[in-house]
Amino acid sequence: MTGWLAFLRTPRGLATALLLLALAALPLLTQAFDQRYLLSIGTRIVIWAIAAVSLNMILGYGGMVSFGHAVFFGIGGYAVGILAHHGITNGWIQWPVGIVAAATWAALVGALSLRTRGLYFIMITLAFAQLVYYVGVGLEAYGADDGLNISRSRFSGLINLRDKASFYWLCLALLCATLWFSGRFANSRFGLVVRGAKSNELRMMALGFPVFRYRLAAFTIAGAFGGLSGILLANEGAYISPAMMSWVKSGDLIVIVVLGGMGTLFGPLFGTIAFFALEESLPPLLDLARKGWGEYWQIVFGPLLVLIALYAKGGIDSLFGRSSDERGHG
Amino acid sequence: MKFGLFGTATIAAIGLAMPAMAQTPIKIGFISTFSGPQAAIGEDMRRSVELAKEHLGGKMGGRPFEIIYEDDQFKPDVGKQKSEKLVQQDKVNVVTGYIWSNVLLASLKTVTEEGDTILISANAGPSQIAGELCNKNFFSTSWQNDQTPMAMGQYLQEKGVKSLYLMAGNYAAGKDMLAGVKRTFKGEIKGEDLTKWPDQLDFSAELAKIRAAKPDGIFIFYPGAHGVQFLTQYVQAGLKSQIPFYQVFSIDAITLPQQKELALGTLGAQEWVNDLPNEQNKRYVADFKKKHGVYPSYYGAQSYDSIMLIASAAEALKGDLSNKDKVRAEMKKANFKSLRGDFKYNTNQFPIQNFYIQEAVKDADGMMTVKTIATAVKDGKDPYYEKCPMK
Amino acid sequence: MDYLLLQMLNGVQLGLLMFLLAAGLTLTFGIMDLVNLAHGSLYMMGAYFAWTLIGWTDSFVLGALLALPATFLLGIVVEAVVARRLYARDHLDQVLATFGLILFFNELVRVLWGAAGKSIAVPAFLNRTVEILPGVPYPAYRFAIIVVGGAVALLLAWLVARTRIGMLIRAGASNRRMIGALGVNIELLFTLVFGLGAVFAGLAGLMAAPITSVKIGMGDDILILAFVIIVIGGIGSIKGAFVAAMVVGQIDIVGRAFLPDLLKTFLSTSAASSAAPAISQILVYIVMAAVLVWRPTGLFGQRA
Repeated sequence: MTGWLAFLRTPRGLATALLLLALAALPLLTQAFDQRYLLSIGTRIVIWAIAAVSLNMILGYGGMVSFGHAVFFGIGGYAVGILAHHGITNGWIQWPVGIVAAATWAALVGALSLRTRGLYFIMITLAFAQLVYYVGVGLEAYGADDGLNISRSRFSGLINLRDKASFYWLCLALLCATLWFSGRFANSRFGLVVRGAKSNELRMMALGFPVFRYRLAAFTIAGAFGGLSGILLANEGAYISPAMMSWVKSGDLIVIVVLGGMGTLFGPLFGTIAFFALEESLPPLLDLARKGWGEYWQIVFGPLLVLIALYAKGGIDSLFGRSSDERGHG
Repeated sequence: MKFGLFGTATIAAIGLAMPAMAQTPIKIGFISTFSGPQAAIGEDMRRSVELAKEHLGGKMGGRPFEIIYEDDQFKPDVGKQKSEKLVQQDKVNVVTGYIWSNVLLASLKTVTEEGDTILISANAGPSQIAGELCNKNFFSTSWQNDQTPMAMGQYLQEKGVKSLYLMAGNYAAGKDMLAGVKRTFKGEIKGEDLTKWPDQLDFSAELAKIRAAKPDGIFIFYPGAHGVQFLTQYVQAGLKSQIPFYQVFSIDAITLPQQKELALGTLGAQEWVNDLPNEQNKRYVADFKKKHGVYPSYYGAQSYDSIMLIASAAEALKGDLSNKDKVRAEMKKANFKSLRGDFKYNTNQFPIQNFYIQEAVKDADGMMTVKTIATAVKDGKDPYYEKCPMK
Repeated sequence: MDYLLLQMLNGVQLGLLMFLLAAGLTLTFGIMDLVNLAHGSLYMMGAYFAWTLIGWTDSFVLGALLALPATFLLGIVVEAVVARRLYARDHLDQVLATFGLILFFNELVRVLWGAAGKSIAVPAFLNRTVEILPGVPYPAYRFAIIVVGGAVALLLAWLVARTRIGMLIRAGASNRRMIGALGVNIELLFTLVFGLGAVFAGLAGLMAAPITSVKIGMGDDILILAFVIIVIGGIGSIKGAFVAAMVVGQIDIVGRAFLPDLLKTFLSTSAASSAAPAISQILVYIVMAAVLVWRPTGLFGQRA
């Protein structure tokens, strides 16, 4: 507990705590100001943050550049959607199925792709994601390209996912759980091996750690949390489509993780908020500069990414100075 | 009262707004495609909506109205999000537009159920919404997808065409279109291809199959830019002179400026043609041509009608659209001067209307256009309305 | 039989277009170790340049010929401003930065040419059919793509196998440090190679334009296929890229021309039509995975 208190006194800790408080209060604020749409955006941010935290476990901590993480949006989403389409709307069945399906696919992909390195790893994760994407496109019975309207998961009266505020708080609670897990992971022996293998794989192997198996386990866990985010995304819109897992979304997730700060606990959350905030605020800002420019916000956003890649790899998290878990390791 | 403080603030805000009610504009959301290869359709619709606004003097039932345009980027998931934004953030009274059946299907629940907002489709007419998914908040100023190809099929049947080869984009509307033509055309179907939509613009593989199949005619459904591509490649492959070309929604005021002479003599079916002889249509086409130098399309005409339908309800209710039951009841009367002539609403709130056969020709000034050559169907109803639970 | 031949020709034509795109990609990756996601943007820019220049010159051939140096210049600018700074960075930085370039170029096109997209007409002298065999007509424009694409492939093979630049390229692909030791101006070589890759991409884009249409993001999806091709062929190998492009081209056509009819024997038309193109895409990725399991550095790749 004292560790948390100490953390709260740092600028990073204070900012994070305030951010989480603000997130928790969001439904009250949007209700007060009659801005239901903001709550929809907020829900999407929280769900994307779960996916970003899960990608960070392998990309940030483990150095595995997976260019297909959005596939887990799809697998989680289609698990819910397909079951719902056949009348199984019970969330107690749907959600475990979605998570297990995502974890299984992650284990399979990991087993095949973790043997490769560099561009080959990037490409093979992308290829497997595209494969699932095209399965979605080919599934005529589930809407193919057109997607499918579904009814939301039911939890026998425990929580009503149609209620926007309840659903938002559920997503936020799950995000906190994911963050908690990610923090535990990063500082566990298991996590330290995965992180160590990022900087020096040979040393870890020489120390007798089965690096491949550790990486595979991390990849699988990340897939499971990715699947969870997909389940939530499907419930948010009550709609699934292959577009959920297009490769551009995988690219967006990488951008988010790097933007927030790779291999940091709260970086992915900062990154997600910043990404959506840029998306929503750049257009009006540019419109201020000159009417009509707002439409072209990506002409600013694109070069911004180039600059981040070239000069600001630490991401937003590094604005608060080096974090303690980095220091223990650097 | 958990949100006592906030609630009070909200009520105060509403209270302040009350006296201005009569002058607060009616808000209409308009979803269409304004970017990408199909942006020309969205532009045609926007022009017609603006013309409707001009003809109405900017007011409905004494209240000013504003149109908020949103771009669906030709993608179902984007269209759904934009619909959500219109309903939740802009709090529009009515959402209209929708070119694409798949975009409409993805957005339907968001608007009509979760948002309890009236949706008027100005083009898309997927079979599901005419049947089991019909909704009290849904109206159409266009048609159900099957109807237009049914009219074409009936005409070809009566003309004695023996066999057809069918092609369409593989999405919700494409499937309905081919189902429609097969309802009325009883000859042989030599082949049937649904191509990847919207990515596939190269039809070489299919054209080779058509050549091998040697049908009496080809029937296609490729709206907008795809229609331009298909016809160009069809002519380029030397097929137009060998196999007659029949279509729905693929040769129109949007595509003709690019298809030009390639389209001459081809036949299609439509519920509205620019030469329909009623007063409001003459005014609409003349004003549109004067302003933009081109003919309007049925997309535009249907969009114009959707605004006029809203205006008819607003007139009857003196601008007060707050009681949705009353608004729906007024709309159901279809008490306005439609550009296609008067029509009635069926139980599923799709029009009961005529369909015409049109031919691609040059007008007196040498501009490509279409003209009516026959009435294929009188007072046609769609084949799904009996599945709709609304009676 | 005629039908089979026509379909195979279509596959060859598609394969050649993808080869042109993949050639530049495999060179930049093999020599500069750069993952360039923005290569698809150069494909798109080539098509847009061609659209503008064809409009100015009123001639398809002239416009297309002028678009090539324009794309070359653009490639050199991109290299000097961004790509050069990325050679020494890790792949993640490269993915991120070039992903940013994609967004930039897509938006730039929207500003300069509008959102609606353009179409380039098939030039009049090619708007007819040629008889490849007596009684078997084939669109002349597609035939022209095969001729041009094939000629460029031969030219490239000659360039790599017989010229000094080619020698340096081959040396660079197998051992980057060595060419530095040879006293070659590496920076200039890198710039030239990048520009050359841009020209090939632009050529592919402008040749594809009349049969697809010129639109924003037109290079994004085909780029993924081009990456698959260079991975199958072996990174850095022109020969590998050619073979893989031909294979992928044929798989795509099989999926579109034959699979739907096969599937229709036991599925509904719409189900078969959804499944067939998806299956052909899936086949491409399965081929890639299989090749990588069998030969982890691709068909013609250097042993790691």
